[in-house]
Amino acid sequence: MSRAALLVLADGRFPAGGHAHSGGAEEAVKAGRITGAASLEEFCRGRLHTAGLVAASLAAAAAVGVDAVALDAAADARTASPALRVAARKLGRQLMRAARATWPSGELDELARRFPKGAHQPVVLGVAARAAGLGAVEAAYCAAYESVSGPASATVRLLSLDPFDATGVLARLAPTVDLVVDRAVEAGRRVVGGGVEELPAGAAPLLEIGAEVHAAWAVRLFAS
Amino acid sequence: MHLDHAHTHNGPSAVSADAHRPDGSRRALRIGLGGPVGSGKTATVAALCRALREELSLAVVTNDIYTREDAEFLLREAVLPPERITAVETGACPHTAIRDDISANLEAVEDLEDEVGPLDLILVESGGDNLTATFSKGLVDAQIFVIDVAGGDDIPRKGGPGVTTADLLVVNKTDLAPYVGSDLARMAADAKAQRAELPVVFQSLRSEPGVRDVADWVRAQLTAWRA
Ligand SMILES: Nc1nc2c(ncn2[C@@H]2O[C@H](COP(=O)(O)OP(=O)(O)OP(=O)(O)O)[C@@H](O)[C@H]2O)c(=O)[nH]1
Ligand SMILES: [Mg+2]
Repeated sequence: MSRAALLVLADGRFPAGGHAHSGGAEEAVKAGRITGAASLEEFCRGRLHTAGLVAASLAAAAAVGVDAVALDAAADARTASPALRVAARKLGRQLMRAARATWPSGELDELARRFPKGAHQPVVLGVAARAAGLGAVEAAYCAAYESVSGPASATVRLLSLDPFDATGVLARLAPTVDLVVDRAVEAGRRVVGGGVEELPAGAAPLLEIGAEVHAAWAVRLFAS
Repeated sequence: MHLDHAHTHNGPSAVSADAHRPDGSRRALRIGLGGPVGSGKTATVAALCRALREELSLAVVTNDIYTREDAEFLLREAVLPPERITAVETGACPHTAIRDDISANLEAVEDLEDEVGPLDLILVESGGDNLTATFSKGLVDAQIFVIDVAGGDDIPRKGGPGVTTADLLVVNKTDLAPYVGSDLARMAADAKAQRAELPVVFQSLRSEPGVRDVADWVRAQLTAWRA
């Protein structure tokens, strides 16, 4: 395992489309649920334990070689909001493109052939991690961290939040990210023998509802 | 990148700016239009569509910052059928979507080719941005930077990547020069100093011949692309 490869994949500048998405932060800001660093932290903590855990588990399972088609269906079943399913597939497609160019691999080509319009992003992330020579732990870390770094950087733009405060939020969440990753990796490994039912299904109804509301806005900064 | 040459039409789409489509055919020429807010990018795109749509198979991708206004303007003006116009959402950062992370735009151009192709030309308009915004070579084959005389006649002198390196610099709204006190001769001299042999077009879309010179430049780009 190359630690440097992990940094490449986890880099917020990895060109896979994440910059155009707020992870629900834009809607939460408008609704008054995120107003500053403290409420951003609570928002991120909730997201980490729900959408973040599910994403990290999917990524871990994909990284240990579980069938991507089954995982993609499991991701669909765990994503109630149609708008979020669309966003996840869009981001999956963009990540697939970036990963195939970065770490050419037969498995990524096969995934692209199977899902020309994109599979769920965490599933692609897991396969991309494999192609980069990384394992379940690294894939889960990327997914879990992304689930909070996206909203944090979006909030800097949305609220003109002090960027140091936003980064402080991420640092304070680090122990929770570690915990979520541990659970995700266990779940991802259980899927090998036990099937996708082993995946957690933690849902955040307000995130799903917010995503639907956001998708209907005529004017917005972020795609989701 | 040539990873996809061996694949058939059903294979995965290309991963980068490959000059060929997955089925081996040559893809459409892609031209980017960037420049400051309100300089006339959408108006130029609309005029180009009207000038070229009889002779070429065309499509447009817009990158709006927080609305779909550019796409909606083009739809309202009916410069092309709606299925030939796609809006990309850029997450508050138009230059990121055209330069640092071009994945959403690449998907948009490839989907247009799949769905309404074959296409000769795809125009990609960036949301209005600053003087440093340029398109990635991975996204477009050539780029037009559109400024206007009302934004200050010192913009060519200030230079910046857009003004200095774009394949074509368009100085738009020359009809307004007398009203805003812009010195067109000085703008032309400054542009020449910044750009050496790279071409500059002064145009007004409010009077004849409108977009003619830019349309001719696009035709020449297409001829070179096909050669
Ligand atoms: N007088 C004059 N007005 C023009 C000309 N070209 C465009 N305009 C007007 O300038 C305004 C802005 O034009 P757009 O084409 O929307 O500018 P844009 O660069 O696409 O703007 P953004 O996408 O918002 O950055 C519109 O009201 C146009 O009608 C011109 O040659 N002369
Ligand atoms: Mg415009």
